[in-house]
Amino acid sequence: MHPSLIDLVHISKSFDGELVLDDLNLSVRENSFVTLLGPSGCGKTTTLRIIGGFERPDAGSVIFNGENITDMPPNRRQLNTVFQKYALFSHMNIAENIAFGLKIKGKSKDYIQDKIQYALKLVNLSGFENRSVDSLSGGQQQRIAIARAIVNEPKLLLLDEPLGALDLKLRQDMQYELIRLKNELGITFIYVTHDQEEALTMSDTIVVMNQGYIQQMGTPEQIYNEPENAFVADFIGESNIVDGTMLHDELVEIFGAKFACVDKGFGVNKPVDVVIRPEDIDLVKPSEGTLTGIVTHLIFKGVHYEMEVTTPNGYEWLVHSTDMFPVGQEVGIHVDPFDIQIMNKPESEDEEAVGVNE
Amino acid sequence: MNKKKTSLLALPYGLWMAGFIAIPLFMVFCYGLTDRSGTFTLANVLAIATPEHRKALVLSLLLSAVSTFLCLLIAFPLALILRGRRIGRGSFILFVFILPMWMNFLLRTMAWQTLLEKNGVINALLGILGLPALSIINTPAAIVLGMVYNFLPFMVLPVYNTLAKIDDNVINAARDLGAGPFQTLIRILLPLSVPGIISGITMVFIPALTTFVISNLLGGSKILLIGNVIEQEFTRGSNWNLGAGLSMVLMIFILISMTFVAKYDKNGEGTAL
Ligand SMILES: Nc1ncnc2c1ncn2[C@@H]1O[C@H](COP(=O)(O)OP(=O)(O)O)[C@@H](O)[C@H]1O
Ligand SMILES: [Mg+2]
Repeated sequence: MHPSLIDLVHISKSFDGELVLDDLNLSVRENSFVTLLGPSGCGKTTTLRIIGGFERPDAGSVIFNGENITDMPPNRRQLNTVFQKYALFSHMNIAENIAFGLKIKGKSKDYIQDKIQYALKLVNLSGFENRSVDSLSGGQQQRIAIARAIVNEPKLLLLDEPLGALDLKLRQDMQYELIRLKNELGITFIYVTHDQEEALTMSDTIVVMNQGYIQQMGTPEQIYNEPENAFVADFIGESNIVDGTMLHDELVEIFGAKFACVDKGFGVNKPVDVVIRPEDIDLVKPSEGTLTGIVTHLIFKGVHYEMEVTTPNGYEWLVHSTDMFPVGQEVGIHVDPFDIQIMNKPESEDEEAVGVNE
Repeated sequence: MNKKKTSLLALPYGLWMAGFIAIPLFMVFCYGLTDRSGTFTLANVLAIATPEHRKALVLSLLLSAVSTFLCLLIAFPLALILRGRRIGRGSFILFVFILPMWMNFLLRTMAWQTLLEKNGVINALLGILGLPALSIINTPAAIVLGMVYNFLPFMVLPVYNTLAKIDDNVINAARDLGAGPFQTLIRILLPLSVPGIISGITMVFIPALTTFVISNLLGGSKILLIGNVIEQEFTRGSNWNLGAGLSMVLMIFILISMTFVAKYDKNGEGTAL
């Protein structure tokens, strides 16, 4: 087990009386790739700025390598940030940008030269030393921003939606580049994004945030397959989230039909949220289905068909399937027991806040 | 749009240029390069070399340079403070700061005259506090004070404009990479605001170089700046030819400072108020 590199302990922060982070606790192991994932405005950037030293928490502390750095100015922290819009120095050329941190630290000319070459090679931009910032594309500027940060050999690299401004193809390429960089350098990454696919692809730990709370923390597989609440289920991928009643262990009633499931310990006749992924719904003959409905929508999506099946109570089930059923056809809905996720309905006010905003 | 239409649309601009720039300039050249009888001569221009004119020009250049430097010294920290404020409050402070600019230039300067007079407000206050009286009215110091007071906003605005345009995260990035506040100032803020500084320098230096009102009111009749010399040739001396010739010399200095700006302020960044 690696020791933890950075700990956020009971961090709270509000702006103009508005609570943005509420008693946030987060521990990041050395050498991990942690992603803060959540909708816009949920406090991801604020969390990163607190770690970077650009914002002071109202309460709580930031522990880095066992040292309390809550009040340490950013220039003395042994970590570097890649900012959302690159934030390169436009009055310096590429080499000067990369050299900035090393010059401040008074490194020798030879050392700096070597580092510039090394970093440019690492981000696949060798030969760009004398180019101006303006002459670079967004993707290239982002690589320079990364190069400028990593030459300082930080223990921890903070990245705030670094790929947000890039187009899809470039974004995917850069995702692989970042994973490669991370593995080559052995630096701990804390990465911020609102893109769930990006988070699932890149991280070894995902921290799902909403409204200043951590909703769930876990590996991408855990987050995707075992969402702990309706918010996480809804935010990570598309889901059918319906009201159900847990009749007893391993049996849940949805819209009057009884589904076998694998969950236990919810009690008897307990109202619950039921999450079923669109790809986990099997469409069968009406007579073989647990529920029946009519196909009301059909779109071809390449790898699969996306269909909407409306059950008599009016709910539209989202279904992904490689089999096609035409609009208007009556179908049966079948779900395997282990594909059904049961979740407690939010009870307390805190939990309420984390619920899905519909 | 075809060429004919475009040139037609530019007509008002062309007329304006001709009426207010080309014709007056042409007339200055006409007067400046002729004598009273209308024959061509360079004497009016070369008259700058006479000791009294040279003295006035040198004093003008010196006082303008000192004023410009003082303006920069005051304006930069002020613009930095304004930048650090949140937008709402910042613009209010800026507003308060610009307010005197809407007051008549003459009135403002005469106000300083009354303040600085031997029996003026400042000396009265100093007297009450038991401090010795100041006698800076009718000295170069009073002229510099008047220049700084009147032209400071022209330095603050362009400098503030360039500073305000710097992304917060550029400053954060410098801090992140290990620069302390002072290093950030020297390596990031100062170089990035050069266009504003240059444009501020010309916007203060040129009016300071050509002023005669400030020197008239605060310098008394003893201290002659080149602006006063030219003014007197047009008003009292009635030698328009000499006045125009000396103006042409002044124009050369202005042109020099303008090219200076054009070189640094390529995007017009600093000039946009
Ligand atoms: N400096 C600030 N002043 C006032 N409000 C702020 C400030 N920074 C962030 N906020 C507010 O805090 C909330 C969280 O912001 P942020 O951390 O940037 O969210 P995210 O990065 O997840 O989109 C937002 O509602 C935002 O408006
Ligand atoms: Mg953000």
